[in-house]
Amino acid sequence: MAVLIAPPIHAVPVEVGGMAVLLRTCDPDFARMLQDRYVGFVNRRVAPVFEFDVDLVVPSGVDPDAEVQVRCEHGRWSFRRGDFQAEWDPRARCGSIRQTANPYSVDAVLRIVHTLVLAGEGGFLLHSASAMRGGRAFLFSGLSGAGKTTISRLAPPDVTLLTDEVSYVRRQQEGYRAFGTPFAGELARVGENVSASIAAVYLLDKGPANRIDPVSASEATQRIMRNILFFAEEPEMVRRVFEAACEFVARIPVYRLTFFPDERVWELIR
Amino acid sequence: MNAKYIARSSAIAARKLGDEMIIMSALNSTLFTLNPVATVIWQAADGKTPLADIIEGTVCRQFDVAPQLAYQDAEALVNDLAGHGILLVSEQPISTQAPQEPR
Repeated sequence: MAVLIAPPIHAVPVEVGGMAVLLRTCDPDFARMLQDRYVGFVNRRVAPVFEFDVDLVVPSGVDPDAEVQVRCEHGRWSFRRGDFQAEWDPRARCGSIRQTANPYSVDAVLRIVHTLVLAGEGGFLLHSASAMRGGRAFLFSGLSGAGKTTISRLAPPDVTLLTDEVSYVRRQQEGYRAFGTPFAGELARVGENVSASIAAVYLLDKGPANRIDPVSASEATQRIMRNILFFAEEPEMVRRVFEAACEFVARIPVYRLTFFPDERVWELIR
Repeated sequence: MNAKYIARSSAIAARKLGDEMIIMSALNSTLFTLNPVATVIWQAADGKTPLADIIEGTVCRQFDVAPQLAYQDAEALVNDLAGHGILLVSEQPISTQAPQEPR
């Protein structure tokens, strides 16, 4: 009689924004890769909200730059890109990811899951750097090249970097809270896994001198909307994101920060 | 001149911020910003009130503008918004249920 022995399962709980997602794999090397990738965000003390089984496949001409497709049918989500396929059932709190052994595919899945969860509670992922100073969080938003990495690199020692690329914004009873994320940009450094109430958002522009100017609510909304990471196309989900952006702008001051790239810009951020 | 009726499309999300209206088309996520005058017209677009009455009864009372000029500008505005699919325009009253008055 053949005896079937199941391979050991390695579980890596990745906690971002106070929400842990358990990633399960049979491959110990891949589990180590995940632990290294999400160092500071692996938290085994909290119960995971969702669980994903990661099935590794052999690479075969995948295109990680292909556009991601996010669909929902009968309450089940499917995410597809050249380098991965994933299914997720939020009600069952579980899903599966089929990908090659790389840290980028699972990273994309985590970002998508978090955007969908946040959309349901008035929050979002914002293409912005964020940092904590004096117990308050400041966000620096802009598309690629706007200066997110630069302003992160210039941060003085009393500033805690939450992220140089993707900010995690959660709605709270009073105001909004920014959480550190492992979603790094050019700085290639994960943020600190801490959080603080958001004091202000700065829309970045590089210029010859440092200055802060007010922006109209409509411009702020348009710029925030442009920088929110969102992948689903369902009209109701898009509407929620719009509502979230408007509500955010109505509660959090948004300014334009024109800055010359040296450390003096941080004298304005207090 | 035939009467013209206007109603807000249901395929939009809108929010008033300050005295401007931000509108997002739910079809393609395009954002539009209406200035204060256009915002007043948008808010009055109930499908039942003729555009000329909106201009005379609301716009001209709130803003210092001549009715004829205001009507010309309003016609251009509603045709533009209709072209983007966020406003319905008809020569008959429109019974389509408009979205709730934005906050």
